[in-house]
Amino acid sequence: MEILKLTALELSAKIKAGEIKVKDAVKAALDRIKEAEPAVNSFVTIDEAGAYRQAEIIQEEIDAGRMTGLLAGVPAAVKDNLCMDGILTTCSSRILSGFRPAYTAQAVENLQKAGVVILGKTNMDEFAMGSTTETSCYGPAKNPHNTGHVPGGSSGGSCAAVAAGECFGALGSDTGGSIRQPGSFCGVVGLKPTYGTVSRYGLIAYGSSLDQIGPVTRDVSDCAAFLEAIASHDPKDSTSVERPDYHFTGALVDDVKGLRIGIPKDYMGEGLDPEVRQAVMEAAAVLKKRGAAVEMADLGLVRYAIPAYYTIAAAEASSNLERFDGVKYGYRAEDYDGLHDMYKKTRSEGFGPEVKRRILLGSFVLSSGYYDAYYLKALRTKALIKKEFDKAFEKYDLLLGPTAPTVAPKLGESLGDPLKMYLGDIYTISVNLAGLPGMTVPVGKNREGLPIGMQLIGKPFDEKTLIRAAYTYECATEKQYEEVVLDINTAAKEAE
Amino acid sequence: MTGQYETVIGLEVHIELATKTKIFCGCSTEFGGAPNIHTCPVCTGMPGALPVLNKKVVEYAVALGIATNCRITQVCRFDRKNYFYPDNPQNYQISQLYLPIARNGCVEIETPSGTKKIRIHEMHMEEDAGKLVHNEWDDTSLVDYNRSGVPLVEIVSEPDMRSADEVIAYLEKLRMIAQYLGVSDCKLQEGSMRADVNLSVRRAGTEEFGTRTEMKNLNSFKAIAHAIEGERMRQIELLEAGKEVVQETRRWDDNKEHSYAMRSKEDARDYRYFPEPDLVPVVISDQWISEIKARQPELRPEKIERYTREFDIPRYDAELLTESWKIADIFEKTVQLCGKPKKVSNWMMGEMFRLMKEKGKEPEELDFSPEHLAKLIELSDQGAISSSVAKKVFEHIFAENADPEKYVEEQGLMSVSDEGALREAVEKVIAQNPRAVADYKGGRQKAFGAIMGQSMRALKGKADPAAVTKIIREMLDAQQ
Amino acid sequence: MANKISDETIEYVGILAKLKLSEEEKEAAKADMEKMLDYIDILNELDTSGVEPMSHVFPVNNVFREDVVTNGDGRESALANAPKRREDSFEVPRTIG
Repeated sequence: MEILKLTALELSAKIKAGEIKVKDAVKAALDRIKEAEPAVNSFVTIDEAGAYRQAEIIQEEIDAGRMTGLLAGVPAAVKDNLCMDGILTTCSSRILSGFRPAYTAQAVENLQKAGVVILGKTNMDEFAMGSTTETSCYGPAKNPHNTGHVPGGSSGGSCAAVAAGECFGALGSDTGGSIRQPGSFCGVVGLKPTYGTVSRYGLIAYGSSLDQIGPVTRDVSDCAAFLEAIASHDPKDSTSVERPDYHFTGALVDDVKGLRIGIPKDYMGEGLDPEVRQAVMEAAAVLKKRGAAVEMADLGLVRYAIPAYYTIAAAEASSNLERFDGVKYGYRAEDYDGLHDMYKKTRSEGFGPEVKRRILLGSFVLSSGYYDAYYLKALRTKALIKKEFDKAFEKYDLLLGPTAPTVAPKLGESLGDPLKMYLGDIYTISVNLAGLPGMTVPVGKNREGLPIGMQLIGKPFDEKTLIRAAYTYECATEKQYEEVVLDINTAAKEAE
Repeated sequence: MTGQYETVIGLEVHIELATKTKIFCGCSTEFGGAPNIHTCPVCTGMPGALPVLNKKVVEYAVALGIATNCRITQVCRFDRKNYFYPDNPQNYQISQLYLPIARNGCVEIETPSGTKKIRIHEMHMEEDAGKLVHNEWDDTSLVDYNRSGVPLVEIVSEPDMRSADEVIAYLEKLRMIAQYLGVSDCKLQEGSMRADVNLSVRRAGTEEFGTRTEMKNLNSFKAIAHAIEGERMRQIELLEAGKEVVQETRRWDDNKEHSYAMRSKEDARDYRYFPEPDLVPVVISDQWISEIKARQPELRPEKIERYTREFDIPRYDAELLTESWKIADIFEKTVQLCGKPKKVSNWMMGEMFRLMKEKGKEPEELDFSPEHLAKLIELSDQGAISSSVAKKVFEHIFAENADPEKYVEEQGLMSVSDEGALREAVEKVIAQNPRAVADYKGGRQKAFGAIMGQSMRALKGKADPAAVTKIIREMLDAQQ
Repeated sequence: MANKISDETIEYVGILAKLKLSEEEKEAAKADMEKMLDYIDILNELDTSGVEPMSHVFPVNNVFREDVVTNGDGRESALANAPKRREDSFEVPRTIG
């Protein structure tokens, strides 16, 4: 199918030119979803009727010349932790079963205003806690490149959906790498913006000081366009920052001459898969060839990012998830003996093991007698990590490295050893602690055909430099979006 | 035995701020209304909703801090206080622990042994909880989030009070300050002012504090006084029996006049405070503080000065009229309407205070409008009603905020000022009472009173007595 | 330093977090937490004395709203998802005895 091979920008251009109708684009995506879902399980809610309804309105707006945006008419999907008025929103958790919010996340509303059709909600690790999308109450999403492997997480559904051609772009959220790592595993472009760039209003919080919503797309140009659509200063989010410039597509420039790029030594050392290392070094060489000054760099304190992160994220999560108590929405246990028993049964039955693990850890590190030793210590470490980045950015315009130490692991291999799973976030996590923008760009595949991602890390509020470098890389390697050839029938059968 | 003990009391006073909207969302703070009508995703703890701070709350809290001689924390911050309870929709309350808005203040209270300073440890901003209504018959509670997110300031005193009288004097002082500033109406019965009492006892003369208990659920001065006395006795009895006071939270039941422990295994009281990540720090510049100071309304001492100077009323009256912000407010509004400060003062000092005492009404409960009192003064000055009628009308203004014009008209109390009508009535009385007339003429002054009384009765009291006297004298003299 | 989480601690944390754990879950949670805390303890290698704890990465201050009513009757939206609703209120097990 011709439509499915297009990028979001290409599709919107054809729609605006009258060559393709919005409803045909929606139909192509929905057909693809029906075909692929048994194998990838990247969607948890599909709003078919709503998508056609939106398509009709948007078509009218386009025909009347009132809607001319870069993404007008493009079908996309959003992660299930983003609230949408009247649409089931569960964070892939039993505890939010049946929850239909009466409000829409600001980022989603921004997309809708840009003329994007929302097809549905994508699968995720329960409450975004996990790196594989296996902790979802709907069952795991699978990697479209090989359905025996995980898509990564927590935005595994969004990344798998884009990779499988089920939509032309998606929104994910990234607290410790949850857009970039699955983006890397699924061979798509993903970007976590600078903290404060995209409103968190309507994003169901995991770690409030770390969470950011960002785009998952087929290529760098789409990524810039989606970011441009969702970024805004929102008075409903006190941590939202007013930026002087939201024109991210302006950075789609094929030129990195003079750009100073540092490769943190500690990102290329022990624990890194040699094939990943090679692919990333080759990508760096491409940028060097295009005129960037690339060198190995010192970035301190890398090994302290994960313990600091898990302390802070677990603490915030333990508090953020207190509201799920069976009183106002979602699941309530059937039988209980009084108030506190109701709370405990509801939460014990409603949350999965990984969420409970983090809630317990978070409650512990905040409890009387441990707050200073754990929580404050982690906040101090965060300050030091931020300083290390500040130092590095005195010398470099951006940092380059792998997004994850490995390619996508096999299904079922990760959850048994949580600590080992956490270590997979080593390159992405410090970016959230320091509030920086980070991006993953596909840079090839390993021998088994599993994608590898390169991570670019920028100065605060400097997404444009990331986009420029990624775009230059993409131009140099003539990489174009390639629909994953998914043996749906085989995979779907396997799934049964 | 109890005389050997000293009671040590510290207070945590919650004052609801009189903002139009809640502390973190644009919902109305209006009291009453159907359950959950004043709610939105933010104040019902919906997932994904985020708080945004109401600027007025900061300004009101700073004004309170300044007025209670606190040091304002110029970089302050909110923290989350985590505990599960259904009236708390997020199961954490956004409050302040580490950097509260104001610290180290004090207020002065009057005690029988002179002026005493009560120190304020700190003052913080926080959100109120919702309301729970309990069903006895089916073991359920119903939750209403209309009050959830209403802004509160909690004022934590040092343990400087030694008796219920001091506690009440302190509360009255805080209430007066808050009302004068216009930051709260401090209605105890509506819960816009509440106090938790921390109390311990120690043998007189010892330095060390005893183990304290905290009593919650106190919403009237009477309940506070009862609770203090009850808890003081309970602790002394324990100590006398060689037992120990347990540090705990107790709930005072004013109906049963008894406090009981709120002990529960599930109530760990470990609130796991940490900085609220959804809100940014509040930085209060010197300039902002001076702006708030400049906007500060006139407080009591200035009011007393102005009343004596501008209105020329006695200092004693000015003091009484300003003892409560509410009374001063009624006074000033009425004066503004009728321009007769002395007359307004006379009505309030006389009739109003008398009725308040008689009916046991607190200043906050006064609900008659200044317009009505002003009109009454006008009517009376015009001679449209007699002074006895005016007093009667005031009682109705006081009780049910009656409109004096309407009331006088409906009840037909307007003075008879038509000279002809007066003459007619007096003529009749004189004709019907030849005996009294003869007595009067015979030099018995007392007889005049009888004629006067009958004339006024005939006029149903609606005539100006001076006018009637004049007519009677004229007529009787003419007969001679 | 190997952290040891006692039965009392896990019981206590369960009360704070309102989670009911089976014996099996308790044992697993203890082991998990010990392992995580041992790992987190590597932060003690860092000298953080004199470092201000950083809660917000960017120095954004004073974000306010004006005191203007913007919301109307929110009853139906608030109650639409209630697991137990009675008339216009949320129903919960009785809170006091």
